[in-house]
Formats: sequence, structure tokens, C-alpha cells
Amino acid sequence: MSLSKIKFDKKIVLSFWIILIALIIAAPTILPVFRLNLLGRYLSLSIVALGVDLIWGYTGLLSLGQGIFFALGGYCAAMYLQITSSSEFPNNIPEFFALYGVEKLPFFWEPFRSPVFTFFAIWIIPAMVAGLIGFLVFRNRIKGVYFSILTQASLLVFFNFFNGQQKLINGTNGLKTDVTQLFGQMVGSESMQRIFFWITAILVIAAWFFAKWVVKGRFGNILIGIRDDEPRVRFTGYNPVIFKTIIFSIAGGLAGISGALYTVQSGIVSPQFMTVPFSIEMVIWVAVGGRGTLLGAILGAVFINYAKSLVSEALPASWMFIQGGLFILVVTALPEGVLGWIQGDGPRNLLQRFGLKRKIETYPSLEVNNKEGNNE
Amino acid sequence: MELLLDSLFNGVAIGSVLLVAALGLAIVFGLMGVINLAHGELMMLGAYTTYVTQLIFKLPLLKPFYNSYIIVSIFLAFIVSGVVGILLEKTIIRKLYGSPLETLLATWGVSLILQQFVRSVPLAYGTGLVISLIIGLFLPSTFPSKIKESINFKYFKFSSWIFAALTGVLTGSLISSSVSKLSRASARNVDVTAPSWMRGQVEIIGTAFPKTRLMIIVITLISVIAITLFLNQSAWGMRIRAVTQNRQMSDCLGISTEKVDIITFGIGSGLAGVAGVAVSLLGSVGPNVGGNYIVGCFMVVVLGGVGNLLGTVLASFGIGIMTDLIGAGRLLSIWPDMPLPLSNTINFFATTSMARVMIFALIVIFLQFKPTGLFPQKGRMVEN
Repeated sequence: MSLSKIKFDKKIVLSFWIILIALIIAAPTILPVFRLNLLGRYLSLSIVALGVDLIWGYTGLLSLGQGIFFALGGYCAAMYLQITSSSEFPNNIPEFFALYGVEKLPFFWEPFRSPVFTFFAIWIIPAMVAGLIGFLVFRNRIKGVYFSILTQASLLVFFNFFNGQQKLINGTNGLKTDVTQLFGQMVGSESMQRIFFWITAILVIAAWFFAKWVVKGRFGNILIGIRDDEPRVRFTGYNPVIFKTIIFSIAGGLAGISGALYTVQSGIVSPQFMTVPFSIEMVIWVAVGGRGTLLGAILGAVFINYAKSLVSEALPASWMFIQGGLFILVVTALPEGVLGWIQGDGPRNLLQRFGLKRKIETYPSLEVNNKEGNNE
Repeated sequence: MELLLDSLFNGVAIGSVLLVAALGLAIVFGLMGVINLAHGELMMLGAYTTYVTQLIFKLPLLKPFYNSYIIVSIFLAFIVSGVVGILLEKTIIRKLYGSPLETLLATWGVSLILQQFVRSVPLAYGTGLVISLIIGLFLPSTFPSKIKESINFKYFKFSSWIFAALTGVLTGSLISSSVSKLSRASARNVDVTAPSWMRGQVEIIGTAFPKTRLMIIVITLISVIAITLFLNQSAWGMRIRAVTQNRQMSDCLGISTEKVDIITFGIGSGLAGVAGVAVSLLGSVGPNVGGNYIVGCFMVVVLGGVGNLLGTVLASFGIGIMTDLIGAGRLLSIWPDMPLPLSNTINFFATTSMARVMIFALIVIFLQFKPTGLFPQKGRMVEN
């Protein structure tokens, strides 16, 4: 991070919040249902992006396997919905089980009859799985690219497992949620989708505050310390394994929540959520938005996905080129991401290049801030 | 005995595909600490090179030599993937030196572009582009040293690129007009048919082995021997090993690490191309063909350890044999009357996809005991 982080004015921050809240309240009435649904989905994706930002932007762990936790959350939510609306099917179990001759609900789905359990399972199960994978990997000081590869491999393992198990989770077909019932209403119905949109918007803001709280203070400092120089953190007497495991399972939990919200809004959860490209895409949202800036992760997720849907509607073949170009561009030319660039020295450097702003001789934080203070 | 031989052969066959694919990855990773996510796509380029070569050898002029096209395509694939790799190193990876995670993302971007490129550009013009790349990159280095040292060398370079572009367009349209299959872009998978002398089976000690599999084993064997000889006997091989061990020190001693990087990356990518030829013999070739092998390659690199070819060899054959043992449920046929819970477990994992699950679990368990792989590099640094 650069030394001179612009501190925004209180008035600007306040008006930003007012506009944001007004937009969230107004969105369901302004936007057509289709677009609203898309926006809701992308907002839910921004929660998983927040998790990626926590582990990559702040702690320096590039996980290529967040899709696992995303899909786990989605499966928990979808299975609960399927079970609660299965009363008209034989044996009171979801319809697809009959296709494979299963007559009894597999034992591990039994607790998902309870809404309370499901509510907790959606984020605790992914967090626990993430904690376990993380602990096993971090314990051996496996890091850097090794960590990335191992997470990608575990993603593939989960994908293979979920894809192959028809009898337990309907395999490659996935679980549909849009024709299921929740509180007597169809999940895919317009009114329910509107409610889901609001829930998503609130949860995004809540997740943002949570993430802000996590990276604040000593805990956040240690995370950044691990990112910048892990051996030094270790020599100072901290055990990086614990911190890395905690932050990785927090990111896993966020991914689970995100997956559940995405599932109910897209109407299906399938092993496609665990494909390799999808998990890497999550990283690019954060990279473009600005890693190490939480707002950047949210904005990146929403805008890139919106751009993706717009471009794919107009020119289906070109999105891959654009996406590939984005990966290369953001890594080589804009490593801090858009928001990081704006908050850092980017705009000033640009203005200086055109001679519109005075060149800085010492640290920007000394010169610029003092000068601006004097002018007032 | 026959069963054991069969199992061993299958395992070695799976392992040799993995090995030839992972070899290049391991060398590059050992040298630069860079994980090249586009490695699978370089394999795909190799596979498509085989396809293009095959079609070109069906032309009347080359028809008499049709049976040897697979040998030619091995060399061509090496060159094509190697050149693309060199270009990748020169344009992107060099800029990201020292930040492996960023390199990983950038190479993923490259892999997306390459995949879409194969889908939406006719193969004939793709071939033309590759030819112009080869000429443009290598023509300047063939000039006599008098020209190279002159101040106007950049104009020579520039004009050689123009020449390269013209040649590329010319060959592209030539191929496009003579081979109709290559003149249109398509996302569909294509098939490489092995020449007649490679079809069928060979009988060794009473068991029949498919010839294509044997061919792949031979390709792998030759690649491994060639690369071992290169690394251990040639001057550049010695430089590569030196830079792998200690980059700064080698730099201080006058080794051009920049050149070493280019050569290593070129060879690593070229080996991916050779792997592509092997893969094209196994099944149909499509834009996504590389993705099926890439994670397996990563596992080999992780398991084998860095900077040691023996580790890579052992790891890939280990994974290959285990895949066959678990995936085909062979333990059950070797030991038919095992207790029921055990045989149930083995049956549960006896599919290709579940075998992957099992093998990954085994690798993670293995890494708990040897976190840096079979043959870790020894050193006394804090960071390894």
C-alpha cells in the first residue's frame, strides 16, 4: 500500500451511504425483474469476493478453490429447500432420489430438515471445511504457488466427487430451487426474488462491515504482516498457522453465504459452481477492483459480472478474449486494481505526467497533505 | 502375473503421459518458481499442430511420406509450443519476475486467450501466424555479427518482422486454399488418426499392448533422456542448473540469467507441445484438451519436488500406477476374498473420477510428512 491513502471527507462518505441505501431500496421498482435478479446475483457474488480479498489482498494467500465453499453453501441451502417441499413425493424425500432408487434420505441430509440447522450449516460447514484444508496445508508451511495449486486440486477433487455421486446429491444435474417452497411461497416467484435481493444487499453491507472489523487492529496487522514477510512474523513470536487458518475459514464461511444467496437467486446449484475457471474468476474480480481494498472487491465483482453479461449478450465469442486480456492487463499494468489506483498515487501521477500537478520531491503524505492543510 | 503386468503397463502408460506433460512444467517451475497455467494450452497447441501436420501430409505432394507425419509433428509441435512460450516469456512473464502469484493469474489470462483463439481463428491462419512468429523471432539472430552490431540493426529487425508477417499471411492463405478443413474456424473437437503402422497391438509375454500407448511411452522415454542429457552434459544445461540453485550467485558469476530464462521457458513449453502430440493420440483434440491434464501435472510437480527430474519421474509413475490400481479396482482382483467393508470402500473409489479423489487425499497425507515433495532442494534459507 502506498503511504498516502486519501482519507475521504465525512460529507462525501455520508452522501455515498445515502445514495447507496436509496439505490438499494429503489432498485426493485426501477429495474425490470430480469436485471434485478442479475444484480442480486452479482451482489451475492461480491460476498465471496470479499472473502477472496481477505485471504489474498490482506494475507497474500491466493486460493483458487473458493468455489468449493461457495458450492457447499449453495448445496446446503438447496437441499433444505428440496427437503421441505418434498411432501408430495414418495417417501417424503426430494424427487430426484426416486430416479436412482434411493428410498431413504441419506443420513447426513437428515439434519437439514431443520431450518435453524440449515441457517448455521450454510456458513459453518464451508468454514469448517476451509479450516481443515487450510490447517493441513498451512501446518507444513506450504505457501505461495504450492498453496494455490493445492487449493485448485482440492477444487477438482470436490468437483469430481459431487459430479459423480448421483445417489447422494443428484450428481451432475445439481439441485433445483426455483420450484421449491419457502414459507408457503415459491422461491422462484417475483415477490420472493425481491425479498432475496434485499436480504442480499443487507448481507453484502454486513459482510463489508465484518470484513472491515476483521482487518482492523492487531489481527489485521498480523494478516498484512504475513502477506509482506511471513518469516518475520514468525520470528516475532506469532504463529502464522493459526491466523492463516482463521482467515481462510472466515473466507470459506463468506463464500458459503454467498453461494447460498446465489443459489436461491439463480434457481439451481450444480457442480458447475466448482469448475476451475469460476474460482479463478473470483480472483480477477478482486484484482480489478483493487486487492486490499474491501470496497474494490465488491465493486469489482458487481461490475465485471455485469460487463460479462452485457458483452456475452452482444458478442458471445469475445468475452474470453476480454477476460484473458483483463487478467494480463490488471496484473502487469494495474497491480493495485482500479480502486487501489485511485486511492494511491495513480491520479496524481497521471496529472503530473500532463503537467497539471506539481511534482513531489519527498513522501507524498508529507507534502500533499500539509499543503492542502495550509490552504484551508 | 499377467494381471500384474497388465496393471503395471496401464499405470506406466498413464504415468508417461503425465510425465511428458509435467516435465516442462517442472523444469520451468524449478528454475523460475513460476507456475504456468497456460501449460495445458501449450499442450493443446501441440495437439493441434499434430492435426494440422496430418492434414498437410495428406496433400498430393507429401502423400508418400504420410506414414512418417507423426515423427515430423513431434518436432513441429516442439517448435510451435516453444516459440509461443518464448513469446510469452518475452512479453509477460519477464515483467512479473519475482511475483509468482501474479504470473499465475497472467498465464491463466493467456490460456483463456489461446483457447478462444483456437475456437475463433481458422487453423490455417493460426499456422500462418505461428510461422511468422518463428521467422520474426529467429531471423534476426541468424544475421552476421557485423549487421547485429551495427546501429541500424533495429531497421533490419523491423524489416525481418515485415518479411515474417508477409510469409505468414502467404502460407496461411496457401494452406487455407489447399486444405478445406483448415480454412474455417470451428470449436468442434478434431481427431488425429494414427498412421497405419501405429494401429493395432503388440504382444509381449502373452499380453497385448496397444501400439499407440507404446508409442507414447517411447516419446516420453526419449524426452526424458534428451532433457537429462541436455541438463547434465551441455553448457547451457549447466547454466540452467546453476540458476536453479542460486540465481543471484549465477548472475554475479556472469551467467546471463535472462537468456537462461528464455531457453528454459522455450524448452519447457516445447515439451508441452510434445506432450500435446502424445495426448492427440489418446483421444480427440479440442480447445479444452489441456485442462484435463494440467492439474495432474501440478500434482506431479508438487509431489516430485523442485529441481529434480528423478522426483518428477517417480511422482508421475507413482500417480499413474495408483490411478490404475484404484480406478480400475484392481486390488479387488488381486486379492478377491478381502473383508467386506474394505472391498466396499474399494468399489466406491473404483471409477476414474473417484480415483482422483483418493489420490489427492493420499498426496495431501504424503505432504504432511514430506511437505516439499520427494526430493526437496536442500538449502539453509528461511524461505524455501
